[in-house]
Amino acid sequence: MDDALTVHRLHFAFTVTYHYLFPQLTMGLALLILILKTMALRTGNEHYNRAARFWAKIFGINFALGVVTGIPMEFQFGTNWAAFSKAAGGVIGQTLAMEGVFSFFLESSFLGLLLFGEKRLGPRGHWFAALMVFIGSWLSGYLIIATDAWMQHPVGYTLGPKGEILLTDFWALLLNPWALWQYAHNMNGAVLTGCFVMASVGAFYLLSHKHVEYGRTFVRIAVIVGVFSSVLQLFPTGDAQGRMVALHQPVTLAAMEGLFETKEGAPLAILGQPDVEKRRLDNPLVIPRLLSFLTYQRWKAEVKGLSEVPQELWPDNVPLVYYSYHVMVGLGTIFIAILVIAAWKLRRGTLYTSRWTLWTLLLSLPFPYIANTAGWMTAELGRQPWLIYGLMRTRDGVSPQVAAGNAWFTMLGFMGLYTVLSILFLFLVYREIEHGPEPDGGMHIRQPAASVRAA
Amino acid sequence: METIWFCLIAIMIAMYVVLDGFDLGAGILHLLVAKTDAERRMVLRSIGPVWDGNEVWLLAAGGTLYFAFPALYASSFSGFYLPLMIVLWLLILRAISIEFRSHIEGPLWAPFWDAVFCGASILLAVFFGAALGNVVRGVPLDEHGYFFLALWTNFNIGPAPGILDWYTILVGVAALLTLALHGALWLAVKTEGELQLRARRLGSLLWWGVAALTVIVTAVTFRVQPQVTLNLTERAWGYVFPLIALAGLAGMRVFFARADDRKGFLASCAYIIGMLTSVVFGLYPLVLPATDVTRSLTVHNAKAADYGLRIGFIWWVIGMALCTGYFVFLYRHFAGKVKLDADHEGY
Repeated sequence: MDDALTVHRLHFAFTVTYHYLFPQLTMGLALLILILKTMALRTGNEHYNRAARFWAKIFGINFALGVVTGIPMEFQFGTNWAAFSKAAGGVIGQTLAMEGVFSFFLESSFLGLLLFGEKRLGPRGHWFAALMVFIGSWLSGYLIIATDAWMQHPVGYTLGPKGEILLTDFWALLLNPWALWQYAHNMNGAVLTGCFVMASVGAFYLLSHKHVEYGRTFVRIAVIVGVFSSVLQLFPTGDAQGRMVALHQPVTLAAMEGLFETKEGAPLAILGQPDVEKRRLDNPLVIPRLLSFLTYQRWKAEVKGLSEVPQELWPDNVPLVYYSYHVMVGLGTIFIAILVIAAWKLRRGTLYTSRWTLWTLLLSLPFPYIANTAGWMTAELGRQPWLIYGLMRTRDGVSPQVAAGNAWFTMLGFMGLYTVLSILFLFLVYREIEHGPEPDGGMHIRQPAASVRAA
Repeated sequence: METIWFCLIAIMIAMYVVLDGFDLGAGILHLLVAKTDAERRMVLRSIGPVWDGNEVWLLAAGGTLYFAFPALYASSFSGFYLPLMIVLWLLILRAISIEFRSHIEGPLWAPFWDAVFCGASILLAVFFGAALGNVVRGVPLDEHGYFFLALWTNFNIGPAPGILDWYTILVGVAALLTLALHGALWLAVKTEGELQLRARRLGSLLWWGVAALTVIVTAVTFRVQPQVTLNLTERAWGYVFPLIALAGLAGMRVFFARADDRKGFLASCAYIIGMLTSVVFGLYPLVLPATDVTRSLTVHNAKAADYGLRIGFIWWVIGMALCTGYFVFLYRHFAGKVKLDADHEGY
């Protein structure tokens, strides 16, 4: 635990995991707010504008935390992973700098207008601000995914004389096939988080008989959007992402599935605990031949096991890769079940009075966060021991001059500060939910638009 | 190509300092200039819609530095590990103090965040100044181009310096006063009444401190970093940068006398840009001077591959054109004096 490499890895893992709790809701809500604004514009019903204003407030708090926890991520490439940055900065610096230049300016400028500019911009202008915030946050997502995708599957480069990595094809970097599927899968996951948060708040209002009209709107929109994205999450995006892994990172696939020995007609493990020492899966519950079929569309296809390569090249924490993958897939399956049932009841007109379904939606709030986190853990732990797959080992990327003690100091600092942020976030968001949207039909007393005014 | 990127990054950093500088300045003076809750809300509203976008210049400059000069990014970020992390914490505290202050009305909530806002802004200004001081003074790079600096050692500039020594602290204090003055002028432009008068009076006082420190820091810098003298003698046209700074400094005094805050603020922008470009001109081609001069990082040995720099230039120009558009629109949209609404909502 004391060697600097471990501390630097924990440092990044902690700060990035915490950070991504916020952007996933930002990106998901950006789409849902845009949908609400579009409905307001098309129906002329002020109800949807008030609903959008309510979510924009939560969006604002969430966005602020996404920004403040995101800035440390950009710095940490240099502070904690200097050797990696020096070697690869000419490539991934491109996408990271583009994120700053193209999406951060866009988001930050139009967020101010979305939150404070409604009155002066008018309905169309305000809808446009919502659109720009949506584009900004989704573009930001793409450039980050393109960065990670290059580390998972490096393309468009050559090696220089001193081992530095030189970019040779900008479009290959930007249109990396790995990035396209990973982006679709990831953004869809963010939409699921947005839908579950919105559905959960809606269910809370319906069950506690407060703001009932809004409760219905929230549950309806969230369930309709959610049922599509929960299915898309499995197929085609999850499926295609899995095949990318099978094609380019077969060792990772074996670790995800807990497959130690190469097999023809490999089974799909539903449950079981990987025992790395004995190289087997304990207490397995499997579906025969399914893994072969899912990976290669042939029931008898051969799937390579971990034993094919020396253990030194395995992900250094096989059980964690296995568990995070299984948690992600398991939750994704449960999401489909919940949302299909809710959508079916919505169609039959019984959803708003169905206490069991509403309670399920209410309590499902944390799970999309867990599923998204588990998905990222699968990707990043699965890439180990490589920092850039096949090119640079994680242990070679760390800052040579930053001692373990200094990294511990800053990690503890972040832990303390982020604890404070969590408390503030929960407190402020709870107050907004408790306060609720402005009552339908009444005068709107709260007018964020009028707050900054020219003389 | 690398010289172009050197200039572009310098421009981005100057943009950051000029724009976020007045946010920081407003924060530094927050407790001093605004006495009542209403006045403090005025201060926050004057920067409310723009500070976030202003901070993006720091991120964009950092990102651009990363891809154009990866070796510099890697070396300086890991070497300045501790102060950078502290800057990150301060940026987080400043951001949440601005964003969260208005969410709850209570006798303790707002004053607490006011104090956090003020404290974080003061420390940020000092640390940014000290960072500039460190780059000018140089750092002990090893043979692989890395270093690590403690926060302080014996407060001497050599041979084993810390982040804080007498020189960098001096630059830090100069930055604090400069940004405080910049913020005072911004507040004078954006507010009215008692608050405006107080900001103008404080600014006028701060000017003397800034003028005195300008002379001292400049004199000392010539001794700390010999490259500056060398560059000025070789390329005499470089005197234009310190002249811009001097003109800005003089301009501020003139406009204080005329109580013309808008022009005073522009003069302060010119002063800041003049000072920063003077430093940048004085260092070129060095980007991170080393104690052992042969190990110094320059634009030539820290740059990324030419192909990437050329491609980057294309999207950078497009991106900057777009973002100039947003900024013009945003600043026009929120132009004029800030007013408080009766309903106490938002800022």
